[in-house]
Amino acid sequence: MTEEIIIAGFGGQGVLSMGKILAYSGVMQDQEVTWFPSYGPEMRGGTANVTVIMSDNRISSPILHEFDTAIILNQQSMDKFEKTVKAGGVLLYDPNGIVHPPTRTDINVYKIEGTKIAADLGNVKTFNMVVLGAYLKAKPVVKMESIKKGLEKSLPERHHKLIPLNLQAIDAGQEKLETVNLVS
Amino acid sequence: MGELRLMKGNEVIAEAAIRCGCDGYFGYPITPQSEVMETLMAREPWDETGMVVLQAESEVASINMVYGAAGTGKKVMTSSSSPGISLMAEGISYIAGAELPCLIVNVQRGGPGLGTIQPSQADYFQSTKGGGHGDYKLIVLAPASVQEMNDFVDLGFELAFKYRNPAMILTDGAIGQMMEKVELGDYKPRMTAGEVESKTGSWATTGKTSDRDYNVITSLYLESSKMEESNRRLQEKYIQMEAEEVRYETFQCEDADYVLVAFGSSARICQKSVELARAKGLKVGLLRPITLFPFPKKPIAELAKKVKGFMAVEMNAGQMVEDVQLAVGCAKSLATVTYFGRMGGIIPTPGEVVEAIEQKLIEA
Amino acid sequence: MEVKDIIKPENLVYEKPKLLTENTMHYCPGCTHGVVHRIVAEVIEDLNIQERTIGVSPVGCSVFAYNYIDIDWQEAAHGRAPAVATGISRVNPDKVVFTYQGDGDLASIGAAEIMHACNRGEDIVVIFINNAIYGMTGGQMAPTTLLGQVTATTPCGRDAERNGYPLKITELIAQLPGTSYVTRQSAHTPASVRKCKKAIKKAFQNALDKKGTSFVEVVSTCNSGWRINPVDANVWMEENMFPYYPVGDMKDAERDSKEAHLKKN
Ligand SMILES: Cc1ncc(C[n+]2csc(CCOP(=O)(O)OP(=O)(O)O)c2C)c(N)n1
Ligand code: SF4
Ligand SMILES: [Mg+2]
Repeated sequence: MTEEIIIAGFGGQGVLSMGKILAYSGVMQDQEVTWFPSYGPEMRGGTANVTVIMSDNRISSPILHEFDTAIILNQQSMDKFEKTVKAGGVLLYDPNGIVHPPTRTDINVYKIEGTKIAADLGNVKTFNMVVLGAYLKAKPVVKMESIKKGLEKSLPERHHKLIPLNLQAIDAGQEKLETVNLVS
Repeated sequence: MGELRLMKGNEVIAEAAIRCGCDGYFGYPITPQSEVMETLMAREPWDETGMVVLQAESEVASINMVYGAAGTGKKVMTSSSSPGISLMAEGISYIAGAELPCLIVNVQRGGPGLGTIQPSQADYFQSTKGGGHGDYKLIVLAPASVQEMNDFVDLGFELAFKYRNPAMILTDGAIGQMMEKVELGDYKPRMTAGEVESKTGSWATTGKTSDRDYNVITSLYLESSKMEESNRRLQEKYIQMEAEEVRYETFQCEDADYVLVAFGSSARICQKSVELARAKGLKVGLLRPITLFPFPKKPIAELAKKVKGFMAVEMNAGQMVEDVQLAVGCAKSLATVTYFGRMGGIIPTPGEVVEAIEQKLIEA
Repeated sequence: MEVKDIIKPENLVYEKPKLLTENTMHYCPGCTHGVVHRIVAEVIEDLNIQERTIGVSPVGCSVFAYNYIDIDWQEAAHGRAPAVATGISRVNPDKVVFTYQGDGDLASIGAAEIMHACNRGEDIVVIFINNAIYGMTGGQMAPTTLLGQVTATTPCGRDAERNGYPLKITELIAQLPGTSYVTRQSAHTPASVRKCKKAIKKAFQNALDKKGTSFVEVVSTCNSGWRINPVDANVWMEENMFPYYPVGDMKDAERDSKEAHLKKN
């Protein structure tokens, strides 16, 4: 199994840390992983994206022009990455702030009201975990216990008290994933 | 099995340094490698292993601190990115001339000038052909994964001490900033002065004792015959390195008609390109030089006898391709040698490389 | 009295220090470098620290200092001796490390390295030979060259408009809290040689006691570069250099502790 994912949105949405938790979960279940971020000043307030690759085999390129899954969290990223999803692949997006929703009919499109759900949970910072939950529902690439371990590994000790809240957010995301049927 | 972690390439350099018994790090901040010193400072290895970590006032100072510390037989290193390495060129030349072991990490960014902080491989010439003044060479290791960033710290020091020659890890912002699963090495104790002496002889300035003449670390030989003697000694080392230290890896070269030659992050991209090309029915393979000096001339020459063409894929304007041409030329092969690359901090995609294989290599 | 009656142990007034090697010095007759080498050798001998001392020689006439004192040496790139010494000292805290530098080396090309080493308060000794000229390369202007002083690159004399002012780097160094002992000496008369030795000894003792950086400037002559004979060079130095570079201690204290520094500022 190899899963190649791009996660793209604004800096501050937790794009990089979502990718990191996912990658650490992969390590926890003995997979090869690569986490490749956009870096530099563009990340301050601008767009941020990270490629996460998880595989049972040695991983080749960390730079990809097409992905199995795109998780898209703002319009710029939609414009840039909708076209990079492989035919038959997955596109997951949060409609908040999206003016032009995806139109491709050869891929599986899913929606998650991440911003809203996180606000309902009482902590907007859990946004990225809601989205992660939704993704794992659409594509259960890692076991929940690996996610738990991944959270423990990637969060600094002083933030461990937040793990239950994060898991709750992941559950909420899994529950509230919506399938968008565009296939004609 | 060692400890498994998910770490950035830059962080791993720091961790590996501590674990392999490094005595000191001297550096100056520059993107995209500042995490090396930041990680070291956060780890506070001076309490754990006694390793010294110092932020110098410039790269000029850093490399000269390395010179001083290395001259006492200590295992010391620095890291920087392209503009900083240019500033170090003088010091590196002195270190090579004085035959001191040390490790230099260059996490390359695009140039020339202040350039960009995005990844690049444009310092290939600078790293493999010397870089500063005078006839000297560095041992140049090109990691292609975070795991190799870890492994090459120890290997770099090992080779540096074996040859009493500076070793360089030549990597780039992509691998420096990327996180991957890495198996960390076990802790090795720092070497004692006695161990260094029994392994490499009595040359270090450890304080003159009555049982030996005083030691001098210098690269100055005003008498031409002495200078030439020193030059010859250096060249003999480089010849020995070419005989004993060439490291490379091949991927699907057995039946290949066309071979990509790429190092570091480019090699990772090319590995994917090979898979994509094979899926299209094209018989493409990859040769990845792991040591850039000594360069794997012989394996390329061997392949040149049976393949139709080579394409060097580099994140620069075509530098390593010259070494590929030389190797193919030495084999008196008629295989074509071409180049594909991107510059300015742009990383070519695997798909772009496949297109280039079709257009520049197969159709040409 | 016969000569052989005079040369007797009990009449001994001068002896070659044991740590000076048998190598013939390459310095011009009358050059201050040789005198200061002897002082350094004597001090290392007096303190019995031959096995602990590592010298760093500069680029300049004293590049070959390592040929003359029987200790371990490193030869540094032009101006970089303080960084080299920092490297040695940091990974070998039990060693006594000193740099020996000229004015071009220390105050021009190496101005950054000396400032920062002193500012960090490295536990090293700096011996600074200020002869107001680039001796080695044939007498060009140094940062310490006096106004009006003729050199190969200021044939009409140093002009402030064109070349700026002679740099009192030792005064700048004395401001740095990392330094404990900053002094300016000379070595052109028996009395000044004795004083200079005292200063250098104190500097080495400070390094042994980890007191921070000790900095000893020696106002020196370079008769070849100045194009005058050694005797006149001493007179020229007294008349022209001493008024601008007055001899004496600038600072003799402990290196600032963090607390003391915070209180002062
Ligand atoms: C990078 C570099 N630039 C220039 C030189 C040439 N150079 C050698 S010695 C010297 C000046 C030395 O003057 P100073 O430090 O005052 O020493 P002195 O000879 O007067 O004792 C210069 C410019 C060099 N060796 N390296
Ligand atoms: S040139 Fe000047 S500094 Fe150099 S040895 Fe001669 S007198 Fe001394
Ligand atoms: Mg001078």
